[in-house]
Amino acid sequence: MADYEIPKVTGETGKLAVPAVEHDTMKGTGPWISKPHFQKEMHFPTDFEQIGGTTKYTLVDNWKERALDKLDDLRTRYRSLQVYLDICVKCGACTDKCHYFIGTADAKNMPVARQDLLRKVYRRYFTFAGKYFPKLVGAVDLTEDVVDDWYNYYHQCSQCRRCSVFCPYGIDTAEISMAAREILDHIGRGQKYCTEIMGKVHKIGNNLGLPQAALADTLEGLEEDVEWETGAKVKFPLDKKGADILLITPSADFFAEPHVDGLMGYAKVFHQAGLDWTLSSYASEGANFGMFIGSYENMRRIALRIRKAAQDLGVKRIVFGECGHAWRVAYSFLNTLAGPFDFLDPKYPVPQHVLEITWPLLQAGKLNIDKTRNDDKTLTFHDSCNIARGTRMGDKPGGQFDIPRNVIKAVCNNYVDMNQDTTHDATFCCGGGGGILTDDLMEIRVKGAAPRMEALKNVTENQGVTHMAAICAICKSQFTKVIPYYGFTMDQIVSVHQLVSNALILEGQLEYEKIERDEDDFY
Amino acid sequence: MILGTVFGVLFWVATLVLVLGIANKVRIYWKTPAPLKIPTMPAPVTQRGVVWRMFKEVVFFQSLFRASKPTWLFAFVFHMSLWLVLFRHVRYFQDPVSSIVLFMQPFGKYAGFAMILGLAGLLIRRIVVDRVRYISAPSDFLMLVLLIGIGATGLMTKFVVHTDVLQVKEFFRGLMLFNWQPLPSDPILLIHLASVAFLMLIFPISKLLHAPGIFFSPSRNQVDNPREQRHLAPWAADLEAQGKIYPDDK
Ligand code: HEM
Ligand code: HEM
Ligand code: SF4
Ligand code: SF4
Repeated sequence: MADYEIPKVTGETGKLAVPAVEHDTMKGTGPWISKPHFQKEMHFPTDFEQIGGTTKYTLVDNWKERALDKLDDLRTRYRSLQVYLDICVKCGACTDKCHYFIGTADAKNMPVARQDLLRKVYRRYFTFAGKYFPKLVGAVDLTEDVVDDWYNYYHQCSQCRRCSVFCPYGIDTAEISMAAREILDHIGRGQKYCTEIMGKVHKIGNNLGLPQAALADTLEGLEEDVEWETGAKVKFPLDKKGADILLITPSADFFAEPHVDGLMGYAKVFHQAGLDWTLSSYASEGANFGMFIGSYENMRRIALRIRKAAQDLGVKRIVFGECGHAWRVAYSFLNTLAGPFDFLDPKYPVPQHVLEITWPLLQAGKLNIDKTRNDDKTLTFHDSCNIARGTRMGDKPGGQFDIPRNVIKAVCNNYVDMNQDTTHDATFCCGGGGGILTDDLMEIRVKGAAPRMEALKNVTENQGVTHMAAICAICKSQFTKVIPYYGFTMDQIVSVHQLVSNALILEGQLEYEKIERDEDDFY
Repeated sequence: MILGTVFGVLFWVATLVLVLGIANKVRIYWKTPAPLKIPTMPAPVTQRGVVWRMFKEVVFFQSLFRASKPTWLFAFVFHMSLWLVLFRHVRYFQDPVSSIVLFMQPFGKYAGFAMILGLAGLLIRRIVVDRVRYISAPSDFLMLVLLIGIGATGLMTKFVVHTDVLQVKEFFRGLMLFNWQPLPSDPILLIHLASVAFLMLIFPISKLLHAPGIFFSPSRNQVDNPREQRHLAPWAADLEAQGKIYPDDK
């Protein structure tokens, strides 16, 4: 299936052994490079060009000076960067924590080694020891080789922050890799996938470039599907002025499997609870790739769309659908980037997660649930890295772990957790987060999924698990694509609200099914 | 008296570098904005909770404990012994010596051995574990060697080749009160002192910055409250006030 070796997973323990260090197993040219044309839209420099007849690009003029200037600029604007570059003691606690290292054994995929790619340059140009004793402290000159390593290895980091959990100082490699990508963007090494997608959001409103008419069409199709299945007229409103709730969801929810089943789940919940909601064609995207490239400005520009949509539609609350990094940007950054949201109803947090709506409704018994409808499955739950380590749900720390599990257990009879070293805040990334979810990075995606695959295999073999639920559009897309490499099938990945949708009996639905049964009897 | 002058000047300079160097770094960390909330979740939702989280990190190395038990053990033994040893050393600078320092003397005496054991464990790990070896620069090994050297010379002075500790005290009290006194010229003691001065000199320009730095780590020192409060960095507020998205907007 591939011209590289797929990591072996046995399912014996649910946790892969730490590999012996190897060198340059994942050295390469990195993902496809963004053209000047796309960089321009992001306000990044454009004075670089394709080298005739190749897929290579030059760097910008004076790239070295400009890279160092950017590094200097960022370290005075981000305390995280300055502190993290200084204080790592090389204790090695993080070295075996990254799924990409476990899956590839490449030394430069150890979190601290990944940080060091930038730290060595920082030391060389900005610290006394590095200026005068570079060899002693491992400082290096900034050369094109170093830039190539940056580009390659900072795109083998999904910014999942697992390393940060285990570092005694919480050093967060994600912060370093975001800063590195921001520097790269300023010297002509933007990543095509991220910049192209952001261009579409800036221009059309979502990652897919799905215009208003197509979106309206899709939603109408979904209404028909739900009615066909349940007999209930569940609406998927678009641009409905004066609705109470603006739902912001990743655009994959509009068409991809199993995402779309999740979207149907949210719609059914809103319908059943009598909530007045709408989607926006102007802000028809929950994803915000600005975070991945460490660009405050681009992240804010995308976030401001949501504010504008909420104001234009006159809604009272903003609710986010199932997406990991989107929820991180929403929960942790939205208020800062695009607030204050004083024009919304102060009774509700801004923003809310759709699970923060579904769970209280389930608790209050407001949803008519028939758990047996999920009896064909035994579930486990994949904690998405961004949700687990970058956000919260509900009002208690750890709600991001409990609420999704509670919801699953409220709608399914069979639930099992995976190895505890791979769940909650120790969860392993799916392998496709942080702007890695692109076909030109398939090898690292497949290898990076190995720790999760091992944990999954462990529960499928020993505890009869048949399906893994996720609450992130990237996780869902990544898993459906890579799990076949490990002997699973695509349909084993489900949305949490898909499970809710399966078990939720809408008003009027019973009758319809009865009709169907009557018809069966008749024939 | 030449010896006393050389070491006197050395310690004065080292102390200034240490204090001003750390103060400067702390000033930089302090004034550098943290534009977005990035605590590693789950994080405390109150400031008191953050103090407790930080306390567990600084005193018990909680995250390290989760990460690697051997590293934690060596690191914990080394650091705790270091504090005891340093505490015991207060007697060279204080007159009269306070009762708590006196009380700790017997514990501190043996802490020197534990400190060296811990350091040796860390050094062996650095050599033996391939991952840790890969990430080590020469300075990472030398830092451990330096500390082991300081500990070993200190212990030798204590248990093998005694020195006139009262005179040492006179010397350091003298330094503090601008009243120059002679220093015993035992070579082991001089190595001990020279190494300590060197450690003080490199403190603000090395990874030893982890000691003040940990308190500034945004992933550990932030309250989880971004939905309730905005956290605008001054440079972000500037952009907002000018109605700009990008700094180069007209
Ligand atoms: C607030 C005070 C401090 C805290 C919380 C702290 C914490 C830590 C932690 C968690 C580690 C990582 C584990 C390890 O590799 O040992 C470490 C390493 C280290 N610390 Fe500290 N430390 C503090 C003060 C100091 C001081 C004052 C010194 C030196 C005189 C020091 C010297 C070192 C050294 C040399 C290492 C690296 C050990 C190695 O090479 O593995 N620390 N510290
Ligand atoms: C200005 C600073 C320092 C001075 C004046 C100093 C002086 C001394 C003296 C005179 C002794 C011998 C004690 C005796 O014979 O009873 C000693 C012991 C020792 N020193 Fe230091 N020292 C200093 C800093 C340090 C530092 C920073 C460390 C550790 C990193 C250290 C570690 C030790 C150890 C482990 C011993 C042996 C155990 C003990 O007596 O506590 N010293 N020191
Ligand atoms: S943030 Fe995640 S992907 Fe990046 S180095 Fe850390 S563990 Fe690896
Ligand atoms: S755990 Fe933290 S301090 Fe230790 S090597 Fe990794 S990044 Fe550095």
